[in-house]
Amino acid sequence: MNWRALCFALIATLPSAATSTEILPSGTTFLSQGLQAQAADAGANPGMLWVADGERLWNTAESAASSSCASCHGDAEVSMRGVATRYPLVIPGSNQLLNLEGRINTCRVQRQNALAYAHESDELLSLSAFVARQSLHMPLKVTVNDANAEFFAAGEAAFHQRRGQLNLSCANCHVERVGLRLRGDVITHALPNAFPIYRLEWQGLGSLHRRLRACALGVRAEMFDYGSEAYLNLELYLTVRANGVAVETPGIRK
Amino acid sequence: MGPAIARVMMPKAAKAADVIEIKSLFRHPMETGYRVDAVGEAIPRHVVTLFTVDYDGERIFAVDLSQGVASNPYIAFYTVATRSGELLFSWTDDRGETVQLSKSLTVLP
Repeated sequence: MNWRALCFALIATLPSAATSTEILPSGTTFLSQGLQAQAADAGANPGMLWVADGERLWNTAESAASSSCASCHGDAEVSMRGVATRYPLVIPGSNQLLNLEGRINTCRVQRQNALAYAHESDELLSLSAFVARQSLHMPLKVTVNDANAEFFAAGEAAFHQRRGQLNLSCANCHVERVGLRLRGDVITHALPNAFPIYRLEWQGLGSLHRRLRACALGVRAEMFDYGSEAYLNLELYLTVRANGVAVETPGIRK
Repeated sequence: MGPAIARVMMPKAAKAADVIEIKSLFRHPMETGYRVDAVGEAIPRHVVTLFTVDYDGERIFAVDLSQGVASNPYIAFYTVATRSGELLFSWTDDRGETVQLSKSLTVLP
């Protein structure tokens, strides 16, 4: 092989840039046919149990002194349609990045006269799954702008930062080794379009941050807190990377 | 895990003698009793032991479940639409708690 051909080969194998317009395939496409069918079937997808509970929570005020989501937002099918495709976002006037879970908890504290739900509580998972479900099949569309550029840059750096005893960055697997096997599973592009997900290993629903913690554990790196700045920044970067990928909440993963 | 939630997906109406598919999901931890928690205490067994379906008062389907079944059991089966009536789905666990859900089926001639 001469040097020119070698250069070509190298360029052809370079990972696609995060900001390219190419739409990456959803993690669902890496599953077996059986699991894909189960995920797509609302009668068989176990994540729909949480979505059903989320609908109940949406319409219920927690106490006499608090108000329900529905009392302001009405019918979620109308008011929440497409909302999940815009998160995480920076609320105008603030310098704080919020994901869907953070937005729900902010609403609860500031508007509903209720306490914030604990991270990974069934209530927060159910409500976020129910809200995200209203954007089913709609493409994610989070773009980098003045307000979130700083968070995006931090997330991008984190994605490429080697960490942990195994000294691996997210990109080492989720860009450079997509499609290869990691034990019994196939490595995906790490897209956040199906969260919260029903993971068979968890036997339940879990958030993106739980998944990120599981990844950190896998490379024996420090696991950050749920809702921590580090994970929010990474969530923003992953979502921008997944622009154009359709929402599939609640997804199923192994 | 939050409150038990039952979901059943089935057609609202069918023609007589049609074979219909019924899919059920039930949120339940299905705790095996073999695991220990973070401080080494045994986590008590908590599993659904019986799932039954009564069609217009007649038992058409029943399953004995055990700790070998994963959490949130998904059970799908087929039956023949014979007459209009209620289908009563019941899940009973080893603590004696029963959750029931009723769905009506209209059978067209």
